[in-house]
Amino acid sequence: MSDRTRRFEAAMLPHLDAAFNLARWLLRDEHNAQDVVQDAYLRAFRFFDSYQGEQARPWLLGIVRNSCFTWMKDKQRAGEQVEFDEERDSGVDDPGLNRAADNPETLLMQKLERAQINKAIEELPPLFREVIVLRELEELSYEEIAQCAAIPLGTVMSRLSRARAMLRTALTPADQQGQSK
Amino acid sequence: MNHHQDSDLSQAIKAQATRFEAPTALRERLGAALIKADALSSAPARQGLWTSLQRQWLGMGVAFACGVIASFTVTLFHAAPSEQERVAQEVVAGHVRSLMVAHLADVDSSEQHTVKPWFSGKLDFSPPVHDLAKDGFPLVGGRLDYLNQHPVAALVYRRQQHTINLFVWPSSDTSPHAVKLLSRQGFNMTDWSESGMQYWAVSDLNSAEMQAFTQSLRQKIND
Repeated sequence: MSDRTRRFEAAMLPHLDAAFNLARWLLRDEHNAQDVVQDAYLRAFRFFDSYQGEQARPWLLGIVRNSCFTWMKDKQRAGEQVEFDEERDSGVDDPGLNRAADNPETLLMQKLERAQINKAIEELPPLFREVIVLRELEELSYEEIAQCAAIPLGTVMSRLSRARAMLRTALTPADQQGQSK
Repeated sequence: MNHHQDSDLSQAIKAQATRFEAPTALRERLGAALIKADALSSAPARQGLWTSLQRQWLGMGVAFACGVIASFTVTLFHAAPSEQERVAQEVVAGHVRSLMVAHLADVDSSEQHTVKPWFSGKLDFSPPVHDLAKDGFPLVGGRLDYLNQHPVAALVYRRQQHTINLFVWPSSDTSPHAVKLLSRQGFNMTDWSESGMQYWAVSDLNSAEMQAFTQSLRQKIND
């Protein structure tokens, strides 16, 4: 085995769980996630010469997320909007979304069940699901998310805040949303 | 923006949302695919493959391509890694690979008198094999590996849930060198040579425990 391959394995294999977690959340399918992660690792291997030795995680996860979005597009299985949407992503306030968020009493996050949270994340559009998974589960910094998704820092922040607003709405019981009017 | 609620939501997600772990099947499959890719990349480049790769990657966008070119240019000006750095990378890769392909040991035994004879006939040297269970580092087995252009002995030890790989091969240096502590990709390593052998130990243990392991092993070697 060549030095290059050894260096690749040492730098990239420790991030296999992170890669799989991201793909599994984006594709919402165990089997497809395995296929796409393997494919992404082989792509990363071919382009390993462009890797500088630091920040392996965002570098690798960038390739994984691109592979996932390409896969969704190719198979036309997206079934929902995956393209960047200026209007949706601009962070313009939607009063309907913020109403629930304005009242902490309506949230009761500590009582939420695993299944509810998983379902709420799963139902986010892919671009928003992506930032939540990268930020909350993989604990990437805003800068690393920007690097990974190849988007400006401002977009990371607005996408994240938008994703959180959607989650809050999804996680707030409908009757309480009504009450807070 | 409501920071209090953001952190509330963050905590709920961190505590509750599933973090999927890569299945063993994927680890094994990927390990095999990388060995294949390694063999392919060492073979002479094929025009067809290269062209299709270029086409495939054109889709990644001009920005990414620029990045690749820019960083590749920078790479050219980087000094070649030192001998020690190169070996350190190989040691980490050997460690990660052993954990990944579920191929830790060819001979599974905590009995040093089983492990040591197993190596004879497979290597042209006889590595020192010591069980360190009394010091909290039980021997779990051994296997052959290939490092620094030599077949080497890999001895596997455990500390609770952590695996330690100890790589041993005959030293080309006649003078022993003292223990050096290194850290790469989150793994801690110790490297030393004595009695004509070169030793590299690697693990995800913290550096204090790695030093404790090294110390108790060296005591046995010098007994």
